[in-house]
Amino acid sequence: MNFNWPYPVRPEAASENAVEYDWIFGVISLLTVVFTVAVVILVAWLAVRYRKGSLASRKNPLYHSNLLEMIWTVGPLAIALVIFVWGSVYYIRQRTMPKDAYDVFVIGKQWMWHTQHMNGIRENNELHIPVGRPVKLTMISQDVIHAFYVPEFRAQFQVVPGRYTQMAFTPTKPGTYKMLCAMHCGTKHSEMVGYVHVLSEQDFALWQETGGNREQVVAATMADKGRQVWAEKNCGSCHGAVNNQRAPSLNALFGKSRTFSDGTKAIADLDYIRSSILNPYDNLVAGYEPLMPAYQGQLTEVEVLALTEYIKTLGATGDVPLAPAPGLTAPAPPQATDGQNATDIANKQQSGGAPQFDEASTRR
Amino acid sequence: MSAAVQEPPQSDEQQPRKNYLNADHTIKSWLLTVDHKRIGLMYLMGVTFFFFLGGIAAAMIRAELTSPRGGLMSSEFYNKTFSAHGILMIFFFLIPSIPATLGNFLLPQMIGARDLAFPRLNLASWYVYMISGIIVLIAMLTGGVSAGWTFYVPLSSSYTNDQVALTLVGLFLSGFSSIMTAVNFIATIHKMRAPGLTWFRLPLYVWSHYATSIIIILGTPVVAITLFLVVMENAFGFAIFDPARGGDPVLFQHLFWFYSHPAVYIMVLPGMGVISEIITCFSRRAIFGYKFVAYSSMAIALVGFLVWGHHMYISSQSTYLGIAFSLLSFLVAIPSAVKVFNWSLTMYKGSVHFSTPMIYALAFIGLFVIGGLTGLFLASAGTDIHLTGTYFIVAHFHYVMVGGSIVAFLGGIHFWWPKMTGKLYSEYWGKFSAIVIFVGFNLTFFPQFILGYLGMPRRYHYYDFAPEWQFYHILSTAGSSILGFGFLMPAIYLTHSFLKGKRSPHNPWGARGLEWTHVATPPITENFSEKVVVDFDAYAYDPEADAIEGLPEEEQQIILAGGTTKKEELL
Repeated sequence: MNFNWPYPVRPEAASENAVEYDWIFGVISLLTVVFTVAVVILVAWLAVRYRKGSLASRKNPLYHSNLLEMIWTVGPLAIALVIFVWGSVYYIRQRTMPKDAYDVFVIGKQWMWHTQHMNGIRENNELHIPVGRPVKLTMISQDVIHAFYVPEFRAQFQVVPGRYTQMAFTPTKPGTYKMLCAMHCGTKHSEMVGYVHVLSEQDFALWQETGGNREQVVAATMADKGRQVWAEKNCGSCHGAVNNQRAPSLNALFGKSRTFSDGTKAIADLDYIRSSILNPYDNLVAGYEPLMPAYQGQLTEVEVLALTEYIKTLGATGDVPLAPAPGLTAPAPPQATDGQNATDIANKQQSGGAPQFDEASTRR
Repeated sequence: MSAAVQEPPQSDEQQPRKNYLNADHTIKSWLLTVDHKRIGLMYLMGVTFFFFLGGIAAAMIRAELTSPRGGLMSSEFYNKTFSAHGILMIFFFLIPSIPATLGNFLLPQMIGARDLAFPRLNLASWYVYMISGIIVLIAMLTGGVSAGWTFYVPLSSSYTNDQVALTLVGLFLSGFSSIMTAVNFIATIHKMRAPGLTWFRLPLYVWSHYATSIIIILGTPVVAITLFLVVMENAFGFAIFDPARGGDPVLFQHLFWFYSHPAVYIMVLPGMGVISEIITCFSRRAIFGYKFVAYSSMAIALVGFLVWGHHMYISSQSTYLGIAFSLLSFLVAIPSAVKVFNWSLTMYKGSVHFSTPMIYALAFIGLFVIGGLTGLFLASAGTDIHLTGTYFIVAHFHYVMVGGSIVAFLGGIHFWWPKMTGKLYSEYWGKFSAIVIFVGFNLTFFPQFILGYLGMPRRYHYYDFAPEWQFYHILSTAGSSILGFGFLMPAIYLTHSFLKGKRSPHNPWGARGLEWTHVATPPITENFSEKVVVDFDAYAYDPEADAIEGLPEEEQQIILAGGTTKKEELL
């Protein structure tokens, strides 16, 4: 057949999971078509054969049959269970975060996506990631609930204020893909749109070296930025290298179990550290007085994330100044390329290259 | 089964001179009536009014989406339009549509009662419904709501300055209207059945309304409290869902969907009851598998309460909780499948009449099957990841809500119209409207499945980043024009029928429900002129007698002798 349907019927599959996703989707689609056609044929046949005026026999009409009821209860149930198992296995795999993934932090804000790389590069409504490596996003919202959605990766997850959520995918094809918000988030919901750029390993390395083609090269890694916040807020005056009377040491804190004054315990993960900075008395470590000021409303989500990254580096090395990340000290001249999109240019006009994201959130 | 041969007593009188419609003509006699039939008609006017308002909003949405960059309205106004569409259609049309109009009108007649158990409560429910509707309309005209009908916090609490609080007060009140109706139905069904009318002799319509009432009573208080908490947070600064003050926005999703998923069954179960009545009447035989259809309504009502988490697979609820909700969601699909198969087999060895209500019922089966099966994509946690929040969801629930509930509602209106008004409508226009609605509906919503799979998020005003989606949007808008035309037709010819239509015979469909055999057309205010004693099962039709009726003697003999072969018959 020569006829080609000129409109898309399937989004591009650009991640490892997308292929399996389309298989499940295809199988359920097939079931839908088969069952719909079967019911339509059954109904049409019965309606026509037994229409008033037809000469078919009406002797002994059947009013109930436990066998038939059993068949059409157990049959669909069995099929449903197969899909359930397949869908659930896929779901669990999607919801299990890979180790050794390329880490990106995402902050959702009315109405833009702010992305942040560990080496300090920040982007607005854009995300550059390498092909063929698992990418893990750790996300939080600065205002309302958003949902980070890349149709070509078949990946979506809500970005919630007040807690970190995570999602992961492994891009398989270099290219540019839509980065959408799929949760109604206010007036410009449909303009909270950006692009994910999947780069080959070489392109990605180059992109990282040139600081993401920004005019103003980012001066510090996330942990560096966190150290600045640590100094500004004078965290070290209480949280020293060892526990003291006022406060526990935060060295090698990340991933450790903490016991609180009410006897409960928790693992010191991202959410724990965030809430301990913003609302320290929610979970006070056993043996300490409630002396620390609450930083709720004092720090942006970007600063909290940076501070957390810095606290993660405290540990075996103690509070040793960090060396700047390689490749970020030599600014590269900006190059206007044809590949720049409107968002890119808007970012530069708006902020002179540095994303304006640190101003306090604009809540009513 | 004895149903087919049991002949219920049949009253043959012509239209009564004094009936519930002309018993008293004053406006006051309508506004202060405690007659369930008049209240049913008043509800019919109310839901029709809100349906057309919601429909206008839908038409505006479709018109705007023909272009990737809109052009008719601002984003703020677009958000208010789809919010208005959802709020009006769900809370003021779909939820009261069948129970409060047809349910009110028919339930006492179907069980041999003079009225509902609490007639004044019934009237109060109508006033609460209208007042809450007017409050919501005032809110829409004085600023509107842009947070969507789901009112997710903190968007609806801390990040909005429009009329959310007033709207929520309206919705909070409208919940009481549902609860009053549901309490009334449950009490009536339990206490006021005619002597001999055992549970398993009840029409399935009554079963489905019983199941619906249980859901309303258990679910509505939860959403009322939830919306109340949002009002407290929005208007008075309480911190319940605000994460900055220790609240949890995801808690709102749990509370909201705990009601709003069962609410889907509030909208569709009464429709299923209507379909059971229509298919049996126009197949002239008893339902296939009565008990399975009856129990499946109860199963849906109970399991329906355990599946709310399938709206939250990507909301940061626990992965394993998601799996549990997924399993339960697959289970709740089974009773619906059982119903579809039983309806289909009900035509087996029946005598099928293709009257207007039957065309609507057949359309319902087709659309409901697609709506139900596409639910599998969303019940499966893995496939839901990509589809949730997209047009796939929009298409799916419109297949269930419009293709299911509204088509069933229209089928029911056409079926009981002669009973309600004593007038006939044009069968020609009736069948034509059913077919136009079926075609227009599919053209509107089928392309949206593809749009959703391609990744078009719902509630998007612009899609200029993906202009290739425009083709499907244009198809959808074209379909919605046809659909709108299809909905206008019944409004016109039914109004005409009411004012100038031919008088209906006592039982134009040859139906066997108590409301047809023992109640005059249109009914007298007391429904029954004498006490009813029921000694027969529901659906006491005789398909063979109907099939030979009106045929030449020799053809009657062929049927009575065992019928023709299939091949002969098709020729």
